[in-house]
Amino acid sequence: MTQDLSGTKQTGTIAVKRGLAEMLKGGVIMDVVTPEHAKIAEDSGAVAVMALERVPADIRVQGGVARMSDPDMIEGIKAVVSIPMMAKARIGHFVEAQILQALGVDYIDESEVLTPADEAHHIDKFAFTVPFVCGATNLGEALRRISEGACLIRSKGEAGTGNIVEAVRHLRSIIGDIRRITQADAAELFDWAKKLQAPLPLVQEIAETGWLQVPLFCAGGIATPADAALAMQLGAESVFVGSGIFKSSEPEKRAKAIVEATTHFRDADILAKVSRGLGEPMTGIGMDQIVTKLADRGW
Amino acid sequence: MRVGVLAVQGAFARHGVALAELGVEPRFVRTPADLVEVQALVMPGGESTAMSRLLTTSGLFDAVQERLNAGMPVFGTCAGMILLASEVLDGRADQRSFSAIDLTVRRNGYGRQVDSFEQDLTVEGLAEPFHAVFIRAPVVTRVGPQAEVLAEYEGVPVLVRQGGVTVASFHPELTEDHRLHAQFLQEVG
Repeated sequence: MTQDLSGTKQTGTIAVKRGLAEMLKGGVIMDVVTPEHAKIAEDSGAVAVMALERVPADIRVQGGVARMSDPDMIEGIKAVVSIPMMAKARIGHFVEAQILQALGVDYIDESEVLTPADEAHHIDKFAFTVPFVCGATNLGEALRRISEGACLIRSKGEAGTGNIVEAVRHLRSIIGDIRRITQADAAELFDWAKKLQAPLPLVQEIAETGWLQVPLFCAGGIATPADAALAMQLGAESVFVGSGIFKSSEPEKRAKAIVEATTHFRDADILAKVSRGLGEPMTGIGMDQIVTKLADRGW
Repeated sequence: MRVGVLAVQGAFARHGVALAELGVEPRFVRTPADLVEVQALVMPGGESTAMSRLLTTSGLFDAVQERLNAGMPVFGTCAGMILLASEVLDGRADQRSFSAIDLTVRRNGYGRQVDSFEQDLTVEGLAEPFHAVFIRAPVVTRVGPQAEVLAEYEGVPVLVRQGGVTVASFHPELTEDHRLHAQFLQEVG
């Protein structure tokens, strides 16, 4: 989309889409499945809520096809919060995305947590007024999503596990490659584009600016304030917390603590203070116990 | 001169870039100790309810209020405008504002994200139009007699100044045009 300076009002531009992601920086986006959860999230200082029918931990246990949430459920959550609301569409399911846009959702997550609807194509995100966030396990995947119009990238991690190890792997991979690209000379960038299977102009842009074209947040496995601060210190600019809050014994306390930890992510004294007395975290699962790796979905 | 950028949440990094490009190294303010070191403050866009909460838990709210009462210059954009206003409509009941400028704003008054927009504005004191980005922006519904309107969109104030307090319902930090930041720095001296 080109920027028209003629003075006429324009909606759905890259600037307003990426702009909302800028506003969410340094914050926590919380998965919620009921209006009650949504209230707790807003009360606790969430910058946005992600409305879905089942948190990833339950999707993992119950199996079956995971789809876009019921519009009634989305409306119900929209009615009780004043902060931005996100909702998930299946990978490639552009009609689910059309419905979510019609419902007035503020950001759509084209998410591997739901069962993919298309095994080759992601949604053409330029065709929408509403902005999209997509997951990525590495820089190539991130750039492919950006080339399709994603205005926010989240490292995928492994949703519903309460285990931060995959999020760390993905963040380190994405940010490590960004750092290496800034050291590459012009000729090496062609090879980088080939290796990453990503458009050359986007790779060249990263070499020049030293960062992704869009904000980079972290998702998948955050269960404690320390996990959130770890993601932030590794270079994430905000965190998504899914099962980690509402699968813990005291969601409100934990939600507030994770919000504090995300703001004061370099201040170990504050992190020590907010990490106390939070009750039991979600139990979590080791990667060797996992049958279906959600992060492998997406192409 | 040290200019701070409130960094509890939001687009603080982009304000930092704008200031740095104008030759002023920003200080990111997350605690009362950070605030002591700055002579002026920028309040960024972000989620005003989350920022209000984090300002309170960090002890910054009272510290900032004290500095504002003592005349510290401040530039607030979007959520920053909400935080500085004397009256906020459609906010949370527990949401706090500094009442640094006599202004009523309606939170998210321009609508949800699908209604977010870009628009050229004519700004008092700027020779060329300013390209403004509005994101789930607050609408000014009342301006006090002491406040000066510097720009309007469809007859509604979008850039307002009262003494050392300047507020915008849009995001000058999201474009490459730093003229409003430069104006603020000039006023700060």
